[in-house]
Amino acid sequence: MADIFAYIKHADGVAEDSALELMVAAKKIDPAAKVMAVVTGTGANLDKVCKEMAAVYNAVWKIDNAALAYPNAEVVRKALANVLPADGIVLLSHDTFGMDLGPGLSVKMNSTFVADIVGIEGVDGATLKIIRQEFSGQASTHVTCDISGGTVLNLRPGVFQPDGVKAGGDVVDKSGAAGDLSAKRKYLEMVAAEAGDVDITKSEVLVSVGRGIEDQENIELVFDLAKAMGADVSCSRPIVDAKWLEKARQVGTSGQTVKPKVYMAMGISGSFQHLGGIKGNPFIVAVNKNPKAPIFQVADVGIEANILEFIPALTEAIGNL
Amino acid sequence: MEPVLISPAMFKLFGFFPTIIFSMLLPVAGVGLFTYIMARRIAPLVKANPDSRFDRPKERIVNVLKIWLGQYRHPRYMMAGVLHITIFFGFLILSVRSTELVIKGISEGFIMPGLGGILGDIYYFFKDYAATAVFFAVVIAVVRRGIFRPARYDYPASYGHDHTNEAIFVLAVIGTLMVSESLYEAALVAAEIQKGHAATFLAPGTLAWFFKNILLDNSISSLQNMHIAAYYVHDLTFFFFLCFLPMGKHFHVITSLFNVYFMRLERGNVRPVRYGVSDEQLDNLESFGVKKFSDFTWKDILDFYTCADCGRCSDQCPANAVKRPLSPRFISIKGRDYAFSHFPLMGEFVGQEPLIGDVYSDAEIWSCTTCGACEQECPIGIEYINKIVDMRRGMVDDGNVPQSLQKPMSSLEKRGNPYGKMEKKRSEWTKDLEGCDVKLFENGDAADTLYFVDSITSFDDRMQLVARATAKILCAAGVDFGILGKDEKDSGNEVKRFGEEMLFQDLKSHNTEVIKESGVKKIVTSDPHAYNALKNEYKDLPPVEHISQVVVNAVAAGKLRLKGVTDEEAGRVYTYHDPCYLGRHNCLYEEPRSAIDAIPGIRRVEMLKSRDRSFCCGGGGLMLFYEPEEEQRMGVLRVKMAQKAGANVIVTACPFCLVNMEDAIKVAGLEGKMQAIDLSELISEHIEQ
Amino acid sequence: MEILVCVKRVPDTSENEITINKGGNDIERDDLVYSVNEWDNYAVEEAIQIVDKVGGSVTVVTVGDSESEEILRREMAMGANNGLLLTDDAFEGSDGKGIATILKAAVGKGKYDLILTGAQADEGAAQVGGMLAAMMDYPYASLVNRIEVGDGKLKVGREIEGGNQEMNEIELPCVLSIQTGINEPRYVGIRGIRKVASVEIPAMGAGDLGLDAGSIGAGAAKVKRVDYFVPDTGEGAEMLTGSTEEIIAKLIEYLKSKGGLK
Repeated sequence: MADIFAYIKHADGVAEDSALELMVAAKKIDPAAKVMAVVTGTGANLDKVCKEMAAVYNAVWKIDNAALAYPNAEVVRKALANVLPADGIVLLSHDTFGMDLGPGLSVKMNSTFVADIVGIEGVDGATLKIIRQEFSGQASTHVTCDISGGTVLNLRPGVFQPDGVKAGGDVVDKSGAAGDLSAKRKYLEMVAAEAGDVDITKSEVLVSVGRGIEDQENIELVFDLAKAMGADVSCSRPIVDAKWLEKARQVGTSGQTVKPKVYMAMGISGSFQHLGGIKGNPFIVAVNKNPKAPIFQVADVGIEANILEFIPALTEAIGNL
Repeated sequence: MEPVLISPAMFKLFGFFPTIIFSMLLPVAGVGLFTYIMARRIAPLVKANPDSRFDRPKERIVNVLKIWLGQYRHPRYMMAGVLHITIFFGFLILSVRSTELVIKGISEGFIMPGLGGILGDIYYFFKDYAATAVFFAVVIAVVRRGIFRPARYDYPASYGHDHTNEAIFVLAVIGTLMVSESLYEAALVAAEIQKGHAATFLAPGTLAWFFKNILLDNSISSLQNMHIAAYYVHDLTFFFFLCFLPMGKHFHVITSLFNVYFMRLERGNVRPVRYGVSDEQLDNLESFGVKKFSDFTWKDILDFYTCADCGRCSDQCPANAVKRPLSPRFISIKGRDYAFSHFPLMGEFVGQEPLIGDVYSDAEIWSCTTCGACEQECPIGIEYINKIVDMRRGMVDDGNVPQSLQKPMSSLEKRGNPYGKMEKKRSEWTKDLEGCDVKLFENGDAADTLYFVDSITSFDDRMQLVARATAKILCAAGVDFGILGKDEKDSGNEVKRFGEEMLFQDLKSHNTEVIKESGVKKIVTSDPHAYNALKNEYKDLPPVEHISQVVVNAVAAGKLRLKGVTDEEAGRVYTYHDPCYLGRHNCLYEEPRSAIDAIPGIRRVEMLKSRDRSFCCGGGGLMLFYEPEEEQRMGVLRVKMAQKAGANVIVTACPFCLVNMEDAIKVAGLEGKMQAIDLSELISEHIEQ
Repeated sequence: MEILVCVKRVPDTSENEITINKGGNDIERDDLVYSVNEWDNYAVEEAIQIVDKVGGSVTVVTVGDSESEEILRREMAMGANNGLLLTDDAFEGSDGKGIATILKAAVGKGKYDLILTGAQADEGAAQVGGMLAAMMDYPYASLVNRIEVGDGKLKVGREIEGGNQEMNEIELPCVLSIQTGINEPRYVGIRGIRKVASVEIPAMGAGDLGLDAGSIGAGAAKVKRVDYFVPDTGEGAEMLTGSTEEIIAKLIEYLKSKGGLK
């Protein structure tokens, strides 16, 4: 079985959560495989991350180059394609960077590619069997992937929960093999999302509203409930796309990451992009008129009701306490 | 016999210049200029699209007699109405005198044919009172416009400058005409008295009589000068006014007769994309809708000319009341100003840029709920809905549709309903219905009557209760009915009104086909929008009735018996809200009221704005998906009106009204104090088994 | 600028309920409505807007069958100048790489400065764009939510975590995958679609594209879907039952104990 390489994303000298998730996934593919952490970057921050990963992975391959100071997928792809062995199993997190890197990397390494994996069943000879979802999570599928010539696998963030198991190994400097890292795409700058009048990432209690609110004017009801609870208001992506609330209130992978104690999901279906923004295992209350909404699988308490009626009733009851 | 005073026809200015020259020049110049101006004004009508207004002359003449001559709509605003009626009738009466005067200046002693004898005496008697009444009406009007300044004449800054000065100017001109004519006569009669001749009788209390009394002691020469001066002031003012009329809002003095003659005769329907182009030929048209000015029909442009800037339409417009960027009055005024500036009196006709963006804004045109209050109110027959729909057609043709409407329109195309729900679920509401079997034509059942449920009542959780209630009423009344189920598509009333004409045609031809296949002889619906579409926009269908009509007929025939109110209900006060598409557009005001009143013991009050003055709930169909810029919801204003009338239950006969009322009750914080109920629900709760 | 936009005909997820068929090998397709993939539609709108500004033309291409023509027509009704249908029985069963291979051959038959795809489609793989770019050695940027046209290059913004926007400069020719919200797509009415109903849309098969069977289709696919299934949902939420008052009372108890009420 080929070696497994987990690409580690990091910022300011700290590895992202996905770093540990990739290790868990790797063990599911092959408990006996040698799993290398691959870290690109430059300078002291790079060394810090390599040291951190050295405690977890069997080995850490460091690729140090000024061109890699910012993780530009076009540059990283070149580096990895030059450094990694052709039959390697490369693991990426299916985040915006993984989406940028994975498909092209698989072509350059002449290997297969599977995106957004939510489950790993195992390897049978040269065939890896995994689980994916289609149709915005409404159907699950079993997929087989030929890994004989290597493969690039994008794993859904948050699915492979770290189990604290560590390995431990050395840091190996592979910078020399990186090769020509010139690219036709250049990173310019980061434009930060507009700061809103509220920072939901610091909120302890959130009342979050989704498409079930139906109309912009009904959003007042949500604010009334939040006020009664002493909570802040957040929302899912469709509410921001419709411009009913500002982007700063969006919870999700393309929005804010929140860590509240209590999360009220009102009229939210529970897509993984939304749930991906909720960390820290809060107490989740879901209210939705569709009993089959995926949110009920992750919520602690569920109520099948129309939020347009339920919210005002709840606000009134809290007001009467 | 020597005349008392030298008449204008014989007078010589400074002793040698015959003023008769003025008497001849003024009319020639005046009429000549007027003709030229009118020709320029008519030019854009000639270049405009055709309109079909020459049919049914008898009904049109009745309209002219009732609305134009009878000033039928004017008293809806009592003070302004009475003032205007006075000035209007005064003008009609005095027009004879004015014409006579003009000719008198050329041919001394000219008397209008027919006014020689006793008829003339009677006429002259009344015309002086008319002139006096007009004068006082003008004075009151000036005070009202200048000092009290009623709000409906206001000009928001974005629309330009305030027109109060123009209004007062014209009132002054009219006043001048009255005064100068009276002075002309008074001077002559004063001279007659002074010289001891037989004095022409002047009706006491009139302006002329009053002036005569003041002038009794003036010298003959001053009376002579006054007589001549007053004549030429009148003559000049008269022709000035004639030429001034087509320059502004007083154009309506000339055009209103025609505008009322050409007024719409049908209600509830929207005009075709182009007159003369059948539905089948629509695909061949280059462009749909009104994108530039010449895409309007000639009647539209006549409407613009006719607008008297009175503001009654905007005063009644619900969109305007909630401060959406729509004020119907300015649709007309901006149209008129555009016509004047682009078809100027002198010079080239200027090229035509797109209307949307330059003259009208997107939001202005999408804000309209098509409630028809504006058209109902306009005293001179100006229409708005057709223009707005035509501009929407233009925007749809260009792909300029608000994002929030694109999804429901696409769902209507794919699934036949704006919610995107699956066709086979359209009849699911029948599942929880006890004691009443609803036949399904899709299964091959046959029945006499079709209950056309339409989309919101079929799919919305809340409205399904209305569907069940309606079914129960039909069962109890012994009606043999069925529903189309998955074969039914949205009636498309709003699809047409939002400018997606071809999608409407698709829905219409599909529904027409399945209705014909079902073999029903009658259609019943609980949705006024469906009622309107099936009755007024579809062709060759069996007769359509609203459920309120069924109830009233069934109660009268003894087929349906209603039990009295419960103790709890006895303590409530009910009020009926007229849905726009049942009331104004289809004149069904009494049946729903009779249906409610058929419940023994029910207490019902009327809101101030009821029947054809009912205030739109906010709109239905695709309007529920539109995100307007507004200060508050129409529904909130309406439930407050219900409160003000002393009611705590609003009964309505339209699912969209019900949605908007129930939402408004929550938003206005009136839960527990006000509730809304559908007519079908109310009736079905009282069916005596 | 000559722009090629790759579009896909997919079941409309919001208007459909997706259920697995009895055999477990596909979803139930009888009652489905199809339309152009939402992300692809944003890409076409973006292409039209670019061409409106700098001139050129927009070509929409899809790999599919005769039914796929309807989405090409719809995008042409929206304003795309040309349509191209890539159809051949041999394409059946292609995996992501196979599709990218077919598209690459089509790109080779034309001369395009910019190739756009939607960020993802019904399978949620978000892969074809990146693969196509790498096969052609074109630079790639995914999840693009902003494009500024420069001289021989573009300035693009990518939507990344936290709602931040990563600005990049990318050389032409390149491939971009487009994220929703980049623009407001214009409405396409039935009339517009009927206007293009009889326009000829050229079709190309494996032979026209010079593709050999070994690189496409089910035979060449190394990633294969085995079945569709409904996962065991596990415990999930504790559903509260009873009257609304009872439910609210229970909920308030929970909220109090978890610190949800202040």
